[in-house]
Amino acid sequence: MTALAEMPGREHERHRAERLPRLLAGVAPGQPADLRHHERTYGTLDLPTAAWNGDRAAARRAAARLIDAVDRAGLTGRGGAGFPAARKLRSVAESGRAAVVVANGAEGEPASRKDKLLLSRVPHLVLDGITLAAFAVGATEAYLAVHGGNGKLMANLAGAIHAREVAGVDPVPIELVGIDDEYVASEQTAIVQYVNGGPGLPTFTPPRTHERGVDGRPTAVSNAETLAHLAMIGRYGSAWFRETGLRDEPGTTLVTVSGAIKRPGVYEIELGTPIGELLTLAGGPAERPQAVLVGGYFGTWLSAETAWPVPFARSSLRASGAAMGAGILVVLPDSRCGIAETARVVRYLADSGAGQCGPCVFGLPALANVLEDLAFHGGRGDAAERVASLIPLIEGRGACRHPDGATQLAASAFRALRHDVHWHDVNGPCFAAAEPPLLPIPGSAGSW
Amino acid sequence: MSGILTGSFLHGPFLWYATRAAGLITLTALTASVILGILNAGRFASARWPRFLVQGMHRNLSLIALVFLVLHVGTTVIDTYTSISLSAAFVPFLSSYKRFWLGLGAIACDVMLALLATSLLRQRIGHRLWRVVHWVGYLCWPVAVVHGLGAGTDHATRWVLALTLACVAMVLAAIGYRAVQLIPSRRVAR
Amino acid sequence: MVNYRLRVNPIMCQAHGLCAELLPEFIALDPWGYPIIPDEPVPEDLKSLARKAVAACPTLALLGDKAREPRA
Repeated sequence: MTALAEMPGREHERHRAERLPRLLAGVAPGQPADLRHHERTYGTLDLPTAAWNGDRAAARRAAARLIDAVDRAGLTGRGGAGFPAARKLRSVAESGRAAVVVANGAEGEPASRKDKLLLSRVPHLVLDGITLAAFAVGATEAYLAVHGGNGKLMANLAGAIHAREVAGVDPVPIELVGIDDEYVASEQTAIVQYVNGGPGLPTFTPPRTHERGVDGRPTAVSNAETLAHLAMIGRYGSAWFRETGLRDEPGTTLVTVSGAIKRPGVYEIELGTPIGELLTLAGGPAERPQAVLVGGYFGTWLSAETAWPVPFARSSLRASGAAMGAGILVVLPDSRCGIAETARVVRYLADSGAGQCGPCVFGLPALANVLEDLAFHGGRGDAAERVASLIPLIEGRGACRHPDGATQLAASAFRALRHDVHWHDVNGPCFAAAEPPLLPIPGSAGSW
Repeated sequence: MSGILTGSFLHGPFLWYATRAAGLITLTALTASVILGILNAGRFASARWPRFLVQGMHRNLSLIALVFLVLHVGTTVIDTYTSISLSAAFVPFLSSYKRFWLGLGAIACDVMLALLATSLLRQRIGHRLWRVVHWVGYLCWPVAVVHGLGAGTDHATRWVLALTLACVAMVLAAIGYRAVQLIPSRRVAR
Repeated sequence: MVNYRLRVNPIMCQAHGLCAELLPEFIALDPWGYPIIPDEPVPEDLKSLARKAVAACPTLALLGDKAREPRA
């Protein structure tokens, strides 16, 4: 009971001594990912299981207190949208109907590996988060969605869930769901439709999943990392969470750093850490950096000089014309062509749409055509105008945000890589455009 | 005086003529409706016939067919020369008079009512359910044609036969047009 | 004042185009035949046509919502 309330003075000195790592404290080479190691590293999670099973009024009160703590902590979604976690939990909890929790560990974004890291190295943190979320919203069902094709991960997670069943840790059993490897299959409504027995394709909203989701019940769909943070807040409280990060954007976040960087990988940083500092943490650029892709394939380009001092946080990134998305940074070196990379990614996004909505089915290939034309065939000198006229025909006209991600990426290329665009307009393809892809395109030679 | 009039009304050939006329008009209207329905499914449109007109005329002709169906069924039931009950109009194969052919008529009538109900309530029942019933509705026209040929007493009459054949020919032409459209190589990229 | 707004379910929409035929003053079609619906209330004099367009959509993709909004 007490672990879920505000607990100043709870022992977490060893975390106070060095603020990081927090989430990734349990990740170390050769360390097992089992329940015992998990409890040794993070402490146990004291759920008021007595209240859960018996006194429903007391359970509801404790759940409300937990949501208040999450609210005070200021936790926002780490899946890309950045929605306040407490608000989502509260709207599902207050629906008055038996709710469902779905953890999105699918991570369809090719340049992101943070959720895979959590699920393979500290799975019990995510599973704790699912259990806490289920408690908070009064859920009677809980699901963890990951890519079914990853046999090893599925097996490990099944084992972890089984260990928890044996230990009696989860009042609501967590069901593991293997979804397709398609990009759109990891979209929130697609997962819900899949769990409901339908195809793994996005659905039209309203109704939103928190109103009607699995079995038509209010469903809280949260990113795996968000739930991991929830598991930490449940142990150490909101004040502890706010010790790191910024006042308006507290906490830590995981960022997948890749591209021309000396030590690519997943790093945990405090929100507000300048991008340059984060990249230095990752060993620094392997070559002279030209630009940085922030937020992944649904993200935005920033020129290297613009990006370097920008604090990695939602508001400061937005002020610089970027979007945080799910923590992803890809460093583009001088020796590569940002236009070519963008063209390849947009073509990938065009090919990996659900095929349900006309403006996306027709608009994204048209956008990809213009970009490929500019990148590889010299363009016709009017690429910027053609993209500018295409974007309003695509943006916001699909059932999900898939086309919006592509238009956002394309628009940012024309902003941040303006000089390259002009160079291509005048001179045709540059030498760098012929280089192998830096940004991995699943299904082609340049994958990870 | 009124007794003689009503008597002749109920026993004389008036109702018999009325039911046959109403039946033929129903068939004609239904044929036109089916043709427009097939064209609409094939997204037919021209300068004079925008999509909403094709769709609207399909709907209106269906309603006209329905009105004359009511007259056709009503005059048949009232006619005391053949004792066909009202239930026989809706429950197939109930009447003893020309059981099979009238039974077909009842089937076509039921399907038409299902189409009517689902189309009126379309916005409430949703697209999928409406579509399923509409697919079943394709049964309505051929069953009605066969009903007319079997139950009707006019198939020996030349112009009635010609009218029926013309209806069939036009529907077959519409189906042919649609089938050609559906050949993969000729499909417009969607 | 009751506003009537139109929106389209892009998954159900198959670009039949009846909505743009019935309501050309409000709905335009993009280069691929899909409707572009302005994000503003339907003008008073077009409301009944808008309702007809909603009823006429072959796939019921066009949706009309009434909302009581305060006068600006």
